[in-house]
Amino acid sequence: MNYQMVVGLEVHVELSTKSKIFCSCTTEFGGEPNTHVCPVCSGMPGVLPVLNKKVVDYAIRAGIATNCEITRYNKFDRKNYFYPDLPKAYQVSQLYLPICRNGKVEIEVNGEKKYIGIHEIHMEEDAGKLVHDPWDDCTLVDYNRCGVPLLEIVSEPDFRSADEVIAYLTKLRETMMYLGVSDCKMQEGSMRADVNISVMPMGSTKFGTRTEMKNMNSFKAIYKAINYEAQRQIEILEAGGAVTQETRRWDDNKDASFAMRSKENAQDYRYFPEPDLLPIEISDEWIQQAKDNMPELPEAKRARYMSEFGLSEYDASVITAERQIAYIFEDATAICGKPKEVCNYVMGELMRLMSETGTLAEELEMDPKKIAEIIELVADGKINRTAAKEVFEAVFKENVEPEKYIEEHDLAMVDNSDEVEAIVTKVIADNPKSIEDLKAGKAKARGFLVGQTMKALKGKANPQTVNKVLDEKLSEIL
Amino acid sequence: MELKNKTALEIGQMIKNKEVSSVEVTKEMLSNIKSRDEKVNAFVTVFEEEAVKQAEEVQAKIDSGELTSPLAGVPMGIKDNICTKDRLTTCGSKMLYNFKPPYNATVTDKLEEAGAVVLGKLNMDEFAMGGSTETSYFGATGNPWDTERVPGGSSGGSAAAVAAQEVTYALGSDTGGSIRQPCSFCGVSGIKPTYGAVSRYGLVAFASSLDQIGPVGRDIKDCAEVLSVISGHDPKDSTSVKRPVFDFSSCFNTDLKGMKIGIPTNYFGEGLDEDVKKPVLEAAETLKKLGAEIEEFEMNIVDYAIPTYYVLACAEASSNLSRYDGIKYGYRNRDCEDLMEVYLTSRSEGFGMEVKRRIMLGSFVLSSGYYDAYYNKSLKVRGLIKKSFDEAFEKYDMILSPVAPTTAYKIGENSSDPLKMYLGDIYTVSVNLAGIPAVSVPCGFGANGMPVGMQLIGNAFDEPKLVRAAYAFQKETDFHTKKPEMVEVKGGNN
Repeated sequence: MNYQMVVGLEVHVELSTKSKIFCSCTTEFGGEPNTHVCPVCSGMPGVLPVLNKKVVDYAIRAGIATNCEITRYNKFDRKNYFYPDLPKAYQVSQLYLPICRNGKVEIEVNGEKKYIGIHEIHMEEDAGKLVHDPWDDCTLVDYNRCGVPLLEIVSEPDFRSADEVIAYLTKLRETMMYLGVSDCKMQEGSMRADVNISVMPMGSTKFGTRTEMKNMNSFKAIYKAINYEAQRQIEILEAGGAVTQETRRWDDNKDASFAMRSKENAQDYRYFPEPDLLPIEISDEWIQQAKDNMPELPEAKRARYMSEFGLSEYDASVITAERQIAYIFEDATAICGKPKEVCNYVMGELMRLMSETGTLAEELEMDPKKIAEIIELVADGKINRTAAKEVFEAVFKENVEPEKYIEEHDLAMVDNSDEVEAIVTKVIADNPKSIEDLKAGKAKARGFLVGQTMKALKGKANPQTVNKVLDEKLSEIL
Repeated sequence: MELKNKTALEIGQMIKNKEVSSVEVTKEMLSNIKSRDEKVNAFVTVFEEEAVKQAEEVQAKIDSGELTSPLAGVPMGIKDNICTKDRLTTCGSKMLYNFKPPYNATVTDKLEEAGAVVLGKLNMDEFAMGGSTETSYFGATGNPWDTERVPGGSSGGSAAAVAAQEVTYALGSDTGGSIRQPCSFCGVSGIKPTYGAVSRYGLVAFASSLDQIGPVGRDIKDCAEVLSVISGHDPKDSTSVKRPVFDFSSCFNTDLKGMKIGIPTNYFGEGLDEDVKKPVLEAAETLKKLGAEIEEFEMNIVDYAIPTYYVLACAEASSNLSRYDGIKYGYRNRDCEDLMEVYLTSRSEGFGMEVKRRIMLGSFVLSSGYYDAYYNKSLKVRGLIKKSFDEAFEKYDMILSPVAPTTAYKIGENSSDPLKMYLGDIYTVSVNLAGIPAVSVPCGFGANGMPVGMQLIGNAFDEPKLVRAAYAFQKETDFHTKKPEMVEVKGGNN
């Protein structure tokens, strides 16, 4: 029998607000354990939460970008459970009235477009982290992450393949980063997903029993885990068995998932409205303000780059994949007015250097003004392309001033015919073998002479001048 | 120096007039604590040295003109569920027997900024759960009028300390009557403010939507002064209301003409002791004599107050008390094999019976499958109770009722019967459910010689009206000036 997989996602996105959701502690990643804490986020007796309004702002932005309805009358609820990383023994979240509902996100897989429904987006606080100390054989708690604001984005069970899931996650990540609501650093856990998956006979409309894999934080692992889990379920059904509703843990080293907790042991979270916070009313003005402050999203940017700057669809999507790179492209283009040149440098030099040095887009400190300057210098014939690459690299690595660097390293283009002529004469004299070859009709030898000339001029000669002078000299001999 | 007949405001004035120093008053109170508290047990912790040092500092600031508050230099006590920075805050529980918060409650800050001298922390029912101060891990508090009887609760230590003149005034907290009922039992005055009038920041939560901090004092004027110091919006408490602090200055006259007071007949039916009924109805006559118009009316919804209150209060408590898990602070059983055992033994050993009962009750009503039948339904009834008070206040300026169905009972008499205990809250809990203010002031004595209080209930933020009526009543009567024998015979000490 053929089977169809059905997947739904709960994606947690850590918001990039400066302070935590209910206190003024920093949300900065890392730090010595328990240094980003106060009585409020560490759950001391008698303390009270005060909502960071920025969190609501960000949630509204995320809701608008995912075509959700914004809930006007919002409340927080308490989700009660015991675990040492949760100092109050309840997580403040939204169960009954989540801030965003009924949205959709368009994805594209193999040229086919499809909408994924967004069931809801709600605001909540993150928990801390347990650290096992093997030396002392004890477990310690770090509360630095406690109270860092999160959005949980719950999709409808609309995915039918792992490719769709990855397309959605890529789109979501891109969108959240563009909105500036999250840096979505998977490796720091600021974007992670719970994956719900079931299988059913092809053509059926009745979903099978689902399993869940929590806290997955790499696209690669998610992709593998979905295909593995679908196959595992299919094998169970094929053998006449039944899938157990349970939470499973994906082991990336073993490329397999393992049962953690079955439905019978599922927690009763005893949700109830958080009495320490007032309901939040979201006005038309608040929503309008959020709309006015929305940055241009990648899709719109892509379309604009194609129509306004004449970039190819491929180039436009590479440039817009990361917000920082798109901004560098736009800013440099605005200065020099040469979008295609900028695109070439960004896609060629910048991306090569990033991958060589392992630099992430958010770590980039490349000044768009300097990129524009290099392009202008080439256009004005001040340096040739070889030199431009060297300057670009120096700007990337050491943030040098292009003009100064060119001067210090003597990279300015040599356009002086006398100087070129002297070198060409010397090269011809030094390479009688090449002249012989040329006389024998081996045209390739000419390229060798050009190369030798450029080398002698340390690569900074104007190639046109070199060609012209060489042709003149050769015509005298041949 | 004669202090035993003085109110906190009078003592504050004497300090200002240099008739007595803050240090002298503080030492006097510490000596009262020494001689009386062995029997009363109103204190969990006495800040003996710190208080004298604080009094010296406050006196210096009074002398330099830096401190001018009417309560500057006056020694007082704080219920042990209100945080005092770097000083023990136990909530009357083994669970927090060693807990010193690294922060002050907002009310502690406000009072200390006004020059209060904190003598120590006052006993209470464990986590404010109880009406007799018998559930404290640190032993029961005795009623200064008869130390074999309870002082009421949960702010029993606060009321008893004021009655025994171990403090001039105190802070209590009121979730379902925890300020008013002990005031009635101990013959002192108290205010349960409107929900949101006083910051809850630093009040160890029992039931967050019901808890309020309020004053306990020798008369209503002292209480009003304390309330005006501690009230007002606090950015650290989102549920504190954005309005200015109370101004009671126009409340101290004795004319109640034009004031309409309703008496809900439902509050005077079955279950109310004659010992209480008589003085409260006599108080109605006194108020009438002062010019108020008195009228009886029906308020049936109040019959549902007890079950509604216990469902909601316990639900919130079960969540609020989950943080006491033996991991971060307070009591932990250190002899455990795994995490589950840490939780189970620390919580089983750290909490007393009544607290555990309420946590179980609260967890039950919130559990899936029961939430709608209990918690949600109770929320709806809460709305109806609020509505019926709203309707009453369309007709009346305030409502007069008893505080508790009985006078103070013997220690141990009711402690094995939780239901009977819960029914003792029948006249007070609906005020918390509606989020409105009420005062409790002495209005007589029972045949057993124990004090009786009356309750005046007002509309939200109508504290000034309540203070005005209570002040007029206290000008006309002398119940609040009566003292238990231990204070009277100790005359030579004063």
